[in-house]
Amino acid sequence: MFDIFLDDAPALVVVLPLLISAIIAFMPSKIWPWIFSIITLLLHLFLSLHLLKEISVSGLIIYEFGNWEPPWGISFKIDGVNIGLQLLFSIFVLVSTFYSRKIFLNEIDYRDSGKAYSLWLLAVGSLNGIILTNDIFNLFVFLEISALASISLIALGAGQNRKALLAAFNYLIIGAIGATFYVIGVGFAYAMTGTLNMNDLVIQLAQYSDGQLAIFAGMSFMLIGLMVKAAIFPVHIWLPPAYSYAPSAVSTLLAALATKTILYFFVRLLYEVFIIYPSYLSLFLDFVLYPLSLLAIFIGTVIAIYQDDIKKLLAFSSIAQIGYITLAFSLKDHSGVASGFVHIFNHALIKGGLFMAVGYFAILYKDRVTLNSLKGFGYKYPITSFALLICGLSLIGLPLTNGFISKLYLFQALYTNQMYFSIALVAVSSALAVVYFWKIVEQMWFSEIKFKSEKEDAYIYLPIWIVTISIIVFGIYSTPIIEFSNLSADYLISGYQN
Amino acid sequence: MRDKISSSPVLSVVSKILFAPIIIFGLYVQFHGDYGPGGGFQAGVIVAAAFILYSMIFGLSKGETLVPIMINRYLMCIGVLLYAGVGIVSIFLDGMYLDYNVLSSDPSTGQHIGIILVELGVGITVATVMIALYHSFASFGEINE
Repeated sequence: MFDIFLDDAPALVVVLPLLISAIIAFMPSKIWPWIFSIITLLLHLFLSLHLLKEISVSGLIIYEFGNWEPPWGISFKIDGVNIGLQLLFSIFVLVSTFYSRKIFLNEIDYRDSGKAYSLWLLAVGSLNGIILTNDIFNLFVFLEISALASISLIALGAGQNRKALLAAFNYLIIGAIGATFYVIGVGFAYAMTGTLNMNDLVIQLAQYSDGQLAIFAGMSFMLIGLMVKAAIFPVHIWLPPAYSYAPSAVSTLLAALATKTILYFFVRLLYEVFIIYPSYLSLFLDFVLYPLSLLAIFIGTVIAIYQDDIKKLLAFSSIAQIGYITLAFSLKDHSGVASGFVHIFNHALIKGGLFMAVGYFAILYKDRVTLNSLKGFGYKYPITSFALLICGLSLIGLPLTNGFISKLYLFQALYTNQMYFSIALVAVSSALAVVYFWKIVEQMWFSEIKFKSEKEDAYIYLPIWIVTISIIVFGIYSTPIIEFSNLSADYLISGYQN
Repeated sequence: MRDKISSSPVLSVVSKILFAPIIIFGLYVQFHGDYGPGGGFQAGVIVAAAFILYSMIFGLSKGETLVPIMINRYLMCIGVLLYAGVGIVSIFLDGMYLDYNVLSSDPSTGQHIGIILVELGVGITVATVMIALYHSFASFGEINE
């Protein structure tokens, strides 16, 4: 009985959240939507673990929807590249859903909680689809679903601050432009090759010599569209307002996972499909992605220093951190791609933890958290503050945290490629990260006024601490993350060297 | 704003006459989608057009009594559930997700059953979402007034 479902695990991890989200929309808005979400995501985690088990045996699963064979039908592909991300996704979504309940109760009208969790699961299902799909048009569909779900979730922040509506609208317009660019690119590719399946696309593209303008135009459109969606530097402007005015639980989910899933697909497209035009690929990586990453790292960090609003500060630091990831991906070798994946994992945990802690502060303070409002929070709310401190230190890259592992692997990758300028820039921007984080620490612990500690809500600080402890654990025992990242890089780079 | 009814008798008579044929044409497109051009998306929009025409001519309150907001909301979800449900049923029958062949002993009949149910789900959701969009935009002025 149960085996029937396990065979269809690749489809169910996407279908289950989408299906339950339609059921939740019916429900009276009490605790039920949340309970149903938790049950769904527990099943989701179970299915992801099952997929991990399958992959460790077979190494590759192709799931054909409706039993139509791949070049014609839509298929999902699970292999070494995405299994690690799938597992991280599943676990983090569960933790942030636990966290979200009390936050939603405080930040949005309780009558909206049914709709909120419906949208939440819609976002989860579609982001998971981005991780698994093996079809470039199917990806566009999931991009759109996830964008619409997250835009509505961001707009729910309007109860707290009306600027959320503007942020959501900006995201809608800019996101739609990005998606349009992507789908134009898909159109070009489809017109030239007649296929949408990624594996088949590689085969079909190979028949064109190195000079087809339509193909290059299509590839460029696709990459630029994905860059908008992944908030890579010059096209990132939708991200800071969207993350900072969204309800805190939503910021957590989006900051930790939304851009990461798109970055994953971005690198997969680069190293699995576009690899057959090495000259085009290295042109793009060396003259577009590499300089933009450096700019993102530097400018994102500098802007973050001047932010007064903590959520905005974190959002701009995300721009810089996405820069680290794309810098690693632009290196074209195994160590680079692996270190990019390491940072995808680690940054998801770090930024998730930071947004969770700041979201709790926003509820305690009953207003937007600015630098001034944090005065004495270190004494007032020691449990959450300490978690924030650890996450922040990890963001800077102190030893014993997973941020250090990221930096270590990034430096190593840059060093083997002899990119000493980038090493210097990454080091400088890490030092600058100390500046903006120190401002927070100073307000929290070293202000004149002393406060007595107050009671904190265990339902909120437990998920925060789960993330924080995982940050420390992966800082000391980093093997799982390194293994998954190396596995991803093995699969992607093997194509590059052929 | 809400009940600004068109004063012209021509409009109200013509729209009354047109209402049923529009829906029948919608259903034709819906079921024709099985073996020809057409399908859920187009049919849903055509059916919704009939209800939107009714709301435009006779006012929003009458439109909302014809399609109550809550029922409309349930129908949106039911359409999605019908689509996804077909997929789940095919998993139960030991096929892949959305594998219509297993829905009947004859694969060809199975494909017909599957595509009709899925398109019906699409049609219901598209029609109700179109109606909901019109109603929420049309009632937009009320909040500001």
